[in-house]
Amino acid sequence: MIYLILFAVLLLLMLAAAVYATFQRDLLYAVIATGVISLVLSVIFYMLQAPDVALTEAAIGVALTTIIFIITIRNTVRHEDEHDKHSREKKIQP
Amino acid sequence: MKNTIVILLLATIGYYLGTIFFGIGFGDAHFANGVKDTYLALTTSELKVANTVTSIVVNFRGFDTLGEVTVLFLAATALGGILYKKRHAVGERTVLFPASSIVKSGAKLIFPAIVLLGAYVFIHGHLSPGGGFQGGTIIATGFLLMLLAYDNFSVNHNVLSFIESFAGIFFVAFGLAGLLISGTFLENFMPVGTMNDLFSGGVIPIIYILVGFKVAAELTGVIYTVLHEKD
Repeated sequence: MIYLILFAVLLLLMLAAAVYATFQRDLLYAVIATGVISLVLSVIFYMLQAPDVALTEAAIGVALTTIIFIITIRNTVRHEDEHDKHSREKKIQP
Repeated sequence: MKNTIVILLLATIGYYLGTIFFGIGFGDAHFANGVKDTYLALTTSELKVANTVTSIVVNFRGFDTLGEVTVLFLAATALGGILYKKRHAVGERTVLFPASSIVKSGAKLIFPAIVLLGAYVFIHGHLSPGGGFQGGTIIATGFLLMLLAYDNFSVNHNVLSFIESFAGIFFVAFGLAGLLISGTFLENFMPVGTMNDLFSGGVIPIIYILVGFKVAAELTGVIYTVLHEKD
């Protein structure tokens, strides 16, 4: 019973993080939220007795993908609106 | 003339592929049970490997693993090729604000532990969860930590490409050795030993160690290239 409740809580947490990442305009927070999705997903994989996949998800999803997205944000723009305004001012097709 | 040759070649290839796939007979009765029971039975009885996932990934589906490693290698090479010019145009990378001394000391302290954990994961790939891909990624995150903490930390690209090529060549060499000795590519031709020993499973630990080195070198190269890219 406790196992099922924990499972439902983790799934809801994953869903909440995904919705937050979709609606957040600050891309840095959105990337952190996708990292949270991967973290919870690796815990779920471990609970479903797939430790091999859990290790892969933890190493690639939480660390490497998040860092590569953060480096991309550092080299481009941080807010979604910023990019739109920038392209409208300079008359660049987005 | 050229078109005729191309059409003839394609028709020949199509004919042989068609006959092969027609001969397999997808949907027949002997496909209903699948191969899972055979794999599970052979893993403990013949291969003496404790981790079934590793035995399937490296032994029964070793050719798929070679393909995966090739895909990763091509992706890393393409990224390096795209960002190559920019990396050489500017020397040092820009740092918005330097890391604090706590981060620097902590990174220096924890870096050997991360590399040791990664090595443990891929050396014990046939005994405990994990394997070459997971261990290699863990080692790459260790290098990522050092790159984030120290802005003058650098890795030697020649050493990385040497490790990559060495691991890749030896993976294929072990496959060809299996072809020569036992008659199938990537056949397990070495003695399997006793179950739960470090030296067991024939070529499986050797191949996973090679994969671990290869993945670690490639991902470290990717992170280094992306971090030093500037517009």
